[in-house]
Amino acid sequence: MTDPIVRVRDVVHDFGRTRALDGVSLDVPGGIVYGLLGPNGAGKTTLIRVLSTLLRPAAGHVEVAGVDVIADPTAARMRIGLAGQFAAVDAYLTGRENVEMVGRLYGLRGAAARARAAEVLDRFGLGDAADRRVATYSGGMRRRLDLAASLVGRPQVMFLDEPTTGIDPRSRMDVWELVEDLVRGGTTVLLTTQYLEEADRLADRIAVIDVGRIVSEGTADELKARVASTVLEVHVPEADRARAAELLTGVAGEAPATDTAGTALRVPARDGGATLVAAVRALSDAGITPDDVALHRPTLDDAFLALTGDPATHAPTPTGRTRRGRRGRRATEEVAP
Amino acid sequence: MTAATGTPATGAPSGAAAPLRGRITPLDAVRDAVVIGRRNLLRVVRLPQLLLFATVQPVMFLILFTYVFGGAIEGALPPAAAGEYLNWLVPGLMIQVSAFGSGQTALGLVEDLEKGVVDRFRSLPMARSAVLAGRTGADLARNAVVIGLMVLVGALLGFRYQTSFPRFLAGYLLALGFAHALSWVMATVGLLVRTPEAVQSAVFLPVFPLVFASSVFLPTATMPSWLRAFADHQPLTVVTNSLRGLMLGEGALPPGQVLADQVLRSGLWIAGIVLVFAPLAIRAYRRVAT
Ligand SMILES: Nc1ncnc2c1ncn2[C@@H]1O[C@H](COP(=O)(O)OP(=O)(O)OP(=O)(O)O)[C@@H](O)[C@H]1O
Ligand SMILES: [Mg+2]
Repeated sequence: MTDPIVRVRDVVHDFGRTRALDGVSLDVPGGIVYGLLGPNGAGKTTLIRVLSTLLRPAAGHVEVAGVDVIADPTAARMRIGLAGQFAAVDAYLTGRENVEMVGRLYGLRGAAARARAAEVLDRFGLGDAADRRVATYSGGMRRRLDLAASLVGRPQVMFLDEPTTGIDPRSRMDVWELVEDLVRGGTTVLLTTQYLEEADRLADRIAVIDVGRIVSEGTADELKARVASTVLEVHVPEADRARAAELLTGVAGEAPATDTAGTALRVPARDGGATLVAAVRALSDAGITPDDVALHRPTLDDAFLALTGDPATHAPTPTGRTRRGRRGRRATEEVAP
Repeated sequence: MTAATGTPATGAPSGAAAPLRGRITPLDAVRDAVVIGRRNLLRVVRLPQLLLFATVQPVMFLILFTYVFGGAIEGALPPAAAGEYLNWLVPGLMIQVSAFGSGQTALGLVEDLEKGVVDRFRSLPMARSAVLAGRTGADLARNAVVIGLMVLVGALLGFRYQTSFPRFLAGYLLALGFAHALSWVMATVGLLVRTPEAVQSAVFLPVFPLVFASSVFLPTATMPSWLRAFADHQPLTVVTNSLRGLMLGEGALPPGQVLADQVLRSGLWIAGIVLVFAPLAIRAYRRVAT
């Protein structure tokens, strides 16, 4: 692996009595989307503020694009772009004026600033609205304008704090495309999000942060594999349940769990499809015909909930996919074989 | 949305793009301050009601004080006022406008802090001084317009300088210099209190008594001696007296005062306030994020 473009070592920061960052270390390889995933108050924004020179940490070392951020913030600022948690655009200026102003503050002058602003605005689908005041923009347009402004200085690393919070699904997908496009062009993007789907879809690597600590780091698949294996779920008629549980124990090497409704038996499917075939064969040999058999791959939700805090304090998310995934791991009771 | 997903981003550097700026030079700092100042002025131009409200208030003072108190006070004025309270009042109101208007500096900064605009600026490779310089600079321009409009209305109602146009102009510039100095004070206040509500009280509480316990509206001669001791020496009185001396003639000064001396003192006050509060404001700005 090449040198990481963002290198964070043992960063600690306190707000009064609150320890917002508690010894954070991470490496972000260049040219990827890196996701910081964590619940409210985990310290995501604080970390972004440290990385983007807004906050001097109490302790630790931070390097961005080869520059020591704490020792030389100005040099770091020349290489980064920041879009904060809330769009920082001026409502009484036009979109063009907003972007041009930021360009000038990066050191672009006159015609170059104008040309660059026009280019970025077009790129973000704001060409037609460029000369309207931002006060007339929708939330999604403001967010895109904010991203456009943070991009105008051609940063090597972009920091995006919850870039899709508070915008509709259509605008969210637009932002995703823009981020993917940026990365194709060589920019490294470090973004925070509370949306697991977003991290799963967008981030090449993810760090899960909770109460100021990185609790896990890796690709989405690695995170999922780390906390949960694929689960085999078998539904059998009531009468066969005890016998089926026994057989599944033989196949999986572990007693099945059942959900609270008591209709499904679950065992970890360590060998995926092979486990499924073996289970079906064992059941069929014993004359049991299952009503339903399914393999459930763990979701990032499972990983997230397992990694961050006490799962009992997390309200279940309303998607069926999520609930099924969680039930596989958590809301289970042992069934005597 | 026109984002063409097949092509590489126009915005992204391939490998290490050379930063547009190396180090930030003093010239860059001036450029940045102008960029920020222009942005702040655009707000005033785009929301002209701001300027209107800022002007209406002193004009109201002008009209009320002239017609309500004028008659009772005119007899107590020095002859240099040519028997017109309006002549006496306009230079005072220039300082009153400066004092109340300086709160706008604090409010503007607090608004930018709250909206995250200051965060954006702080993440850019721009001069650290530019946000404050651009703010106080734009406020200077705004004050120039508001004070100018107020004087214009005063002239329509009958205000006449009694000296010469250059002297009147010198007084106008002195008032602007004082307004600028107060902007730095209020920039510091805004960066320390950081909420609009707190700014309202932090500005109003000290400014209101300072304006009244001065020669802005009335001569200090009839104040009780303990108040007068304060009123005669505080900067609002010193600068107001200088303005009157410049616009109405030396005779407008309290007995025993010399115009050149008052103007010098005014200059010293302005310089002193800037020298103390500009560094304080810059320090508060640096600490604002932590
Ligand atoms: N300026 C501040 N003063 C005091 N405490 C703060 C400040 N900023 C953050 N904190 C605290 O630090 C912790 C981390 O906050 P941070 O904003 O980094 O979390 P986050 O992960 O961004 O949360 P969210 O998802 O809600 O945006 C929280 O406990 C928060 O209350
Ligand atoms: Mg946050």
